[in-house]
Amino acid sequence: MEECLVEYFRTQMRTDPDMASAVAAIRTLLEFLRRDKGETILGLRESLKWATDCLTEVDSSVAVSSGGELFLRFISLTSLEHQDLSRCKKVMEERGELFLEKISLSRTKVAKLCHTFIKDGAKILTHSSSRVVLRVLEKAAAEKKRFTVYVTESQPDTAGKQMADALRRLNVPVTVVLDAAVGYVLEKVDLVIVGAEGVVESGGIINKIGTYQMAVCSKAHNKPFYVVAESFKFVRLYPLNQQDVPDRFKYKADTLRTVSDLSDEHPMIDYTPPSLITLLFTDLGVLTPSAVSDELIKLYL
Amino acid sequence: MADCGEPDGPGNKDDITRSKNEGKELTKEEKQRLRKQKKHQKKQKERKNEKGPSETEKDKTPVSLLPPPQPVATQKAPSALPAPASAPIPVPASAPFHSSPAPSPADKPAKSKAELKAERRARQETDRAAKQPGSSSSGIKTKVPLSELNPVVKRLPEHVQVDDPAVVKRLAKKLERQQTLPYGASNKIPLRSDYGYKVSLFSHLHQYSRKAPLTQLLSIPSTVIHPSIVRLGLQYSQGIVAGSNARSVALLHAFKQVIRDYTTPPNEELSRDLVNKLKPYISFLNQCRPLSASMGNAIKYIKKEISNIPSQCKEEEAKTKLLTCIDRYIEEKIVLAAKAISKYAIEKISDGDVILVYGYSSLVNNILCEAFEKSRKFRVIVVDSRPRLEGREALRRLVQRGISCTYVLISALSYILPEVSKVFLGAHALLANGYVMSRVGTSQIALVARTYNVPVLVCCETYKFCERVQTDSFVSNELDDPDDLMVTRKGKTQLENWQDVSSLGLLNLVYDVTPPDFVDLVITDLGMIPCTSVPVVLRVKNLDQ
Repeated sequence: MEECLVEYFRTQMRTDPDMASAVAAIRTLLEFLRRDKGETILGLRESLKWATDCLTEVDSSVAVSSGGELFLRFISLTSLEHQDLSRCKKVMEERGELFLEKISLSRTKVAKLCHTFIKDGAKILTHSSSRVVLRVLEKAAAEKKRFTVYVTESQPDTAGKQMADALRRLNVPVTVVLDAAVGYVLEKVDLVIVGAEGVVESGGIINKIGTYQMAVCSKAHNKPFYVVAESFKFVRLYPLNQQDVPDRFKYKADTLRTVSDLSDEHPMIDYTPPSLITLLFTDLGVLTPSAVSDELIKLYL
Repeated sequence: MADCGEPDGPGNKDDITRSKNEGKELTKEEKQRLRKQKKHQKKQKERKNEKGPSETEKDKTPVSLLPPPQPVATQKAPSALPAPASAPIPVPASAPFHSSPAPSPADKPAKSKAELKAERRARQETDRAAKQPGSSSSGIKTKVPLSELNPVVKRLPEHVQVDDPAVVKRLAKKLERQQTLPYGASNKIPLRSDYGYKVSLFSHLHQYSRKAPLTQLLSIPSTVIHPSIVRLGLQYSQGIVAGSNARSVALLHAFKQVIRDYTTPPNEELSRDLVNKLKPYISFLNQCRPLSASMGNAIKYIKKEISNIPSQCKEEEAKTKLLTCIDRYIEEKIVLAAKAISKYAIEKISDGDVILVYGYSSLVNNILCEAFEKSRKFRVIVVDSRPRLEGREALRRLVQRGISCTYVLISALSYILPEVSKVFLGAHALLANGYVMSRVGTSQIALVARTYNVPVLVCCETYKFCERVQTDSFVSNELDDPDDLMVTRKGKTQLENWQDVSSLGLLNLVYDVTPPDFVDLVITDLGMIPCTSVPVVLRVKNLDQ
């Protein structure tokens, strides 16, 4: 059962590399719901939770777990008072498809909101490879704006190079810089745009390691620091500092399984506190970090 | 006179309208006199009023100083009796108009006349305000309360207007009128007088001495105030019951006793009469020691529950219902909330933590004891300050459990902070703009912790959230007995004769406010929220009610 699930997930990720991992996870969960042979609603919820946990073990990003939880909440946020279990299941499936539809449009919504903040002749700094940021820059280029982009190389997986290639295909002038050169390059740039793997309750973000450094430097240079994220990345976590982020998000899933002593491993993500973020662009609108908590209360309570 | 039937000349019109008790117009001179008086009061108020008139334009409810429950109740009470009481200016003003010509000097017509006059005046005020070009009131406000003289100016609560003698006189008169008995004129609530020289920045607040409790001024037996309330007032003013949770619980227990001993008078309804009975008790307790935000919310809840009692409910039934309501309130909002908060807070305590606490907060103590029981390994640093030295109580309780503690005074704060990994603070109230009101010294701790990048966590139950907005510790605070600052060492008391030194003032502040930028996280029974989300919680709570 588990292998079937994981296989489906992996296929989804392979067929559409542009899709967010959370969207693939939700597709998998929807398919799981369809195939589930459970007899009770409670059993259904339990098995969905178990499925989400399985997927988190495959891909330990924050977005997968938050997406899964939101999916579960969304489909059960309706009256399930039908006598017939199959009717309930049908209702849940319909809502699941609605949810999927909504979130597939979220990147377009974010791009529409954010591209207006990129002015003609702007110099943008971004970190590592983020598909949302790419979408935003695509939209801005489509609006005939001229801008240059600096991308950090983002070790250890050098994801920044992929971002640079994608931008070159759009005919955007792009320069790859070392992670250590962020402070050096910041005086030249006008704004900083990064994606997020997860948006936490305080309004801060969890993103690839090196984001916190970039945020601190841009604060010191008084440059605006923008974050673009879809709403399914909102997660009910509240880290107080870097150490407070749970280990299951910090390291890749296979590292957690194989390695016993994590102090030798280097974490893949870091936490950026809300005081360093200027604005967050989400499909729920343009939010200040303190408004994220309001949105989360609305989503979760 | 009334059966004359013939139309009178304009000269006699006033007498006849007044005597007929239905006149809607005042004469020109009376109008002018009224206007002059109102202008004079408005000028006085605006001089005392620190806020500019621009602030009073925003007559929106969230941005308003929370008046003590007493004036709120009087402003909203529809009955004619409190209306002239809380607007004493029209009462003496109307006296010269109603001296001789009133043919029926009985109480009832005079009161309704005063009520009508107040209505007229309010209407005139709104008309005048609307006519003025720079006027701020957005059209004629339909909700002008009867007792409001100036609907445009937001009224300051009386407990922050101590330096205005007119306000103090008004308060005394209001306390007089709160006797609910038709006989026994000496059974009124006494007004507590201020003690000692007050520092000029805080001269608008009360300062009482602990050696002169209010109970000494009461007659015995005091038939107006229930004995358990008298005892409670004494406990508050002597500091025997201290701490916002303890005070609220004691208040609710005293009210339970009051309800048990209550019997409805023959022609009255329980829902209205009991609320009126509670009013003098609340003023009395306010005089003993100013009410805290948590007590204010508890009183609002009780009043709402009492007024929601259906009129056909039998007395015994109603009383048991109220008692269960109060028990449920204590259980839900205080006991269970503490459990929920501990559950969230324990997630934030990791092994090897060094936790700093300040003073004695029952909630923070609870959290630390529970975390210790769940075998988290941590140690505690207790910070204390004079003159209350509440930290000693916290230290005693923690050490009894076996938690390893360190004790420092607040002056050693910057020395000890590099060792600290987290700061846990309690709160007296959380204000609507995200500011935390707590024991004096808390904002200092938050400030220094922020400088050392140590996370500051505030733990607060939702029943302590209040709609008030405050950005500094001056505007509304509590001044404790200045004699507490005297210290006796080796037989010598410094500052023994501080009253004789004319230029010396002693200041013993009780509360201060911490801005939300210094607070990283607020743990409430609803979950962990950032400090800026307090208005969201208030909004959600208001929707529930």
